[in-house]
Amino acid sequence: MPKKLLMGNQAIAYGALLGGVQVVAGYPGTPSSEIMATLAPLAKEYGFHAEWSVNEKVALEVTAGAAFAGARAFCTMKQVGLNVAADPLMALAYLGIKGALVLLVADDPGPHSSQNEQDTRLFARFAKLPVLDPSCPREALEMTRYAFDLSAELQLPVIVRPTTRVSHAYQDIEVEAAYHPLPVSGFKRDRAWVALPTTARQRHPVLNRQQEQARAALTSSPFNEEFRNRAENRTGVIACGVALGYVREALALAGLDQTVDVLKIGTPYPLPQEPVYAFLKRLDRVLIVEELEPVVEDQVISLAWKKGLTVTVCGKHDGLVPREGELDVDRVLMAVRTFAGVKAEAEAAAAATAPALPFRPPVMCAGCPHRASYYVFKKAAEGLDVVFPGDIGCYTLGAAPPLKMVDTCLCMGASITVAQGLYWAEPHRKHVAFLGDSTFFHTGLPGLVNAVYNKANITVVVLDNHTTAMTGHQPHPGTGQTALGEPAAAIDIAGLARACGVEDVRVVNPLVPGKAIREARAALEFPGPSVVVMNQPCIARAKTGNTRFEVGRPDLCAGCWVCVDELGCPAIMPGDNGPTVTDKCVGCALCVHVCPSGAIRRMRPQ
Amino acid sequence: MRNCDLVVAGVGGQGIILASRVISYAAIAAGMEVRTSEVLGMAQREGPVTSQVRMGYGLFGALIPSGHADILLSFELAETVRNLYLLKPGGLVVTANTAIVPTTVALGLSTYDREALLAHLRQTVPDCVFLDADRLAREAGHVRTLNSVLLGALAALQRLPVPTDALRETLLSTVKPNLREVNARAFELGCREINTH
Ligand code: SF4
Ligand code: SF4
Repeated sequence: MPKKLLMGNQAIAYGALLGGVQVVAGYPGTPSSEIMATLAPLAKEYGFHAEWSVNEKVALEVTAGAAFAGARAFCTMKQVGLNVAADPLMALAYLGIKGALVLLVADDPGPHSSQNEQDTRLFARFAKLPVLDPSCPREALEMTRYAFDLSAELQLPVIVRPTTRVSHAYQDIEVEAAYHPLPVSGFKRDRAWVALPTTARQRHPVLNRQQEQARAALTSSPFNEEFRNRAENRTGVIACGVALGYVREALALAGLDQTVDVLKIGTPYPLPQEPVYAFLKRLDRVLIVEELEPVVEDQVISLAWKKGLTVTVCGKHDGLVPREGELDVDRVLMAVRTFAGVKAEAEAAAAATAPALPFRPPVMCAGCPHRASYYVFKKAAEGLDVVFPGDIGCYTLGAAPPLKMVDTCLCMGASITVAQGLYWAEPHRKHVAFLGDSTFFHTGLPGLVNAVYNKANITVVVLDNHTTAMTGHQPHPGTGQTALGEPAAAIDIAGLARACGVEDVRVVNPLVPGKAIREARAALEFPGPSVVVMNQPCIARAKTGNTRFEVGRPDLCAGCWVCVDELGCPAIMPGDNGPTVTDKCVGCALCVHVCPSGAIRRMRPQ
Repeated sequence: MRNCDLVVAGVGGQGIILASRVISYAAIAAGMEVRTSEVLGMAQREGPVTSQVRMGYGLFGALIPSGHADILLSFELAETVRNLYLLKPGGLVVTANTAIVPTTVALGLSTYDREALLAHLRQTVPDCVFLDADRLAREAGHVRTLNSVLLGALAALQRLPVPTDALRETLLSTVKPNLREVNARAFELGCREINTH
């Protein structure tokens, strides 16, 4: 078989293909988005259904329906997306499925690009669903494929939970695309599909029994493995998921690889008892290394207690392994050294202290239309007492100086609803919610209906850049394109707002700042909910011409620095004689409007 | 052959990921196992980018422990210094002398002291190769060939577990056909810069 360098998420997509997937749905979210990006072209090639759904709840319900009909279905999202999909998930565990349903939830310990670092393994335990925790991209492929069979066998959804360092890691993998879907058995009318209190009462004991079936199935899975060294060893480490590599390397670095045994756990819930018991019973001490919550550790403690073992269990509960943040070899090395009572080698003499490094946060692109939208509202709101609740997308970067236009950010769609709560607490202030187009469709819409219904006098600004930019430019219902790149109905945001009963709806081009400021001001002054759609495509996608700007009249430049201080465009840098425009400029012309002296001019083509 | 841990660092948009991939592909073609890790997601927006590449046999995880990288290949001076903690004592640094000043400096929220960065590298890294890589890239025909210049220089230093020719071939088969010529030139200029000094 050919060896390829595959990203974890690509490997997962191949796993789904080999698992015979027939319906795929998901919502983009780092670090999960590339799974659909890989599957969508395969869907075209092999003829299965793949879609970007409007949000994670919708995606899970779409895939649940497919599984009710006996299809093999696959649903992808990031960890916080599972909160949105929690409602169907919790009921699905009771109902069960036909066909197969694999739910891929990518966790983000760190977090690198999320508002929290919740642990999906804990969620799986809460929902009483089996969860698989891959240690590397290759295993992520195997686990995803296996999850389809396990789900079909148990008639339960199965969760696969990679983390950033699996989803976004690359590895050499032997893979051949092969697709052998099973026939879809078809939906059969049955009261069992109707979630009623009576069904729940019948199904709950069944679900509890299924935990033991799942535990038995996972015991014979290939994902838990003992790395045993010497029969006389009395200490061991249980390494979960991605921590396996860190543990084995840290033991080698600490010189403990011969004296400490390792048990790898790839199936954290329900934890298989036999391999863990067999490992524990010959040990005096064991260290559990897992990222985030003590999911395996708690089960190990209860197993040891039940079996009357005297083994000392170390990990999160005695503070040896951090309960927050991402693990790496350094952190695990510290934990295993403390655990084994070995000292670190004497540190080399401290190197010369490094000079201060520049702070380099991600910023909105040069020419990003969001910068213009924020600037427009900042100007329009001058003299008014305004709060700006924000949302999740590239535009969250507007929280940083110099814009500082994001006063709150909670979760997807919460700008509109938080604005309403703020308004009811302080009706004398104006509240302006900013959210992107994809976020508006995701969970913004019910909030807008709520504002109209309950008469909250807020302004909602939809930053419509015709894409889901932050996660890699996926299409959404407003873009007129499906996940497969085929044409679709483009749902009009302004029309939706009007249909919701918003009386003041404006579609504005933020790159014509003078007019946009007047429109924004009018929306702010409208008595009642108003909606402004800031309509301008994402510059990272749009074809930009050769237009560029420069401080073409340096003689006029007054050295006031407002272009830098008000916009924070990465194309404007301090030069020897005042601001200069670098070749990152894409020609949005916003700084031309901002410059009070008329010093910034269109660059003449050379 | 021994294992090799490499860090490729720079600023989003400089072509760091491509350089990392080319080295990984070449290592796979040479029969090695490869693991890489980088944090993706917001890279296009001026943030720091680091790609870790581990090549060899019997690899553990994708993350390089602090002080264990054999080579740091960097596209930007401040990012070179930012990633030095990963380099092992006696490790090799190949860095462009490019300075990309972030917006926070323009806003007075942080500082960028190019001379101090250079001095620090000279003082603390015995094996540090500085390249006027932006100039060489422009000489090759396009600033975007910065990654090929750096790959060429790294190849010429013969510290990677893949031969120079293999790296060049992999690079040229990875870039778009219409960009082959300019990248081949950039790679050569990088090589020559090492071999003539
Ligand atoms: S990717 Fe698009 S939306 Fe995101 S910062 Fe860049 S221009 Fe703005
Ligand atoms: S025109 Fe001005 S604000 Fe727009 S990208 Fe160029 S420098 Fe930045």
